Amino acid sequence: MAQQIIFFILAVVIAVFSVMAVTSKHIIRSATYLLFVLLGTAGLYLLLGYNYLFAVQIAVYAGGVMVLFIFAILLTNRPGEDLRKELAVRRYAAGLTALVGLAFCGHIIYYNVKKVSSLVAQSDLTPQQLGHTMMGTDKYQYLLPFETISILLLACIVGAIMIARKR
Amino acid sequence: MDILNNIFAGQIPIEAYLGVSLIMFFAGVYGFLSRKSMLMILISIELMLNAADINFVVFNRYLYPGHLEGFYFALFTIAIAACETAVAIAIIINIYRNLSSVEVGNLDQMKE
Repeated sequence: MAQQIIFFILAVVIAVFSVMAVTSKHIIRSATYLLFVLLGTAGLYLLLGYNYLFAVQIAVYAGGVMVLFIFAILLTNRPGEDLRKELAVRRYAAGLTALVGLAFCGHIIYYNVKKVSSLVAQSDLTPQQLGHTMMGTDKYQYLLPFETISILLLACIVGAIMIARKR
Repeated sequence: MDILNNIFAGQIPIEAYLGVSLIMFFAGVYGFLSRKSMLMILISIELMLNAADINFVVFNRYLYPGHLEGFYFALFTIAIAACETAVAIAIIINIYRNLSSVEVGNLDQMKE
């Protein structure tokens, strides 16, 4: 029962704040609502039993990415200036697109997904298991993506510095 | 309401998680299409990526318990999203330095 209540609270928080994040007038408030959405997502990971993903979500998303966002907002925002909206017709078209997509996918999920769902208990993931899976080259082990990510991070650091430096 | 009954009796059904990520994803779609500021567009992209992450993890937990494919996919997606945000924000700051504005309507001149 406690799990259901926690899930319900997290779901309401995520739904309300994700809608508020895209409709808010001030961009710094949008970033704050995005932070709440990311923290709620971390809570969902914890509820599903993936503690490591919870820690990564908090550290990388709620920590690093949010700091980047707030940094960029403070660098590019003129104080006291509201965001300009798109044309009204484009906003209505965007809302219509989102609602149609929501109805379509919601219909599919509601009528088709429940046939395959059942939550089977699984043993806790140990750090040893995670490390072996990340550092092996066998089937279902992920050394190659891990190394690719490291090269991507290096390229990203170099690229970001090259783009943002003063000439 | 079937879903509400399912939520408060027994275990949490998979479609409850999928519904949460669905709302998050289409909030992101709406923000992406209806905002002018590039930072708002980036925030919307983060929402969509996050919804996809939730889906990976939920499908892994419910449909393939004991396996780790969705888990690692979500992990690597988080890393790629962090990279993408860093590069995008560098580009946005550079654009702001050149054009004094971060609105997409002003972006018809990338290089003069």
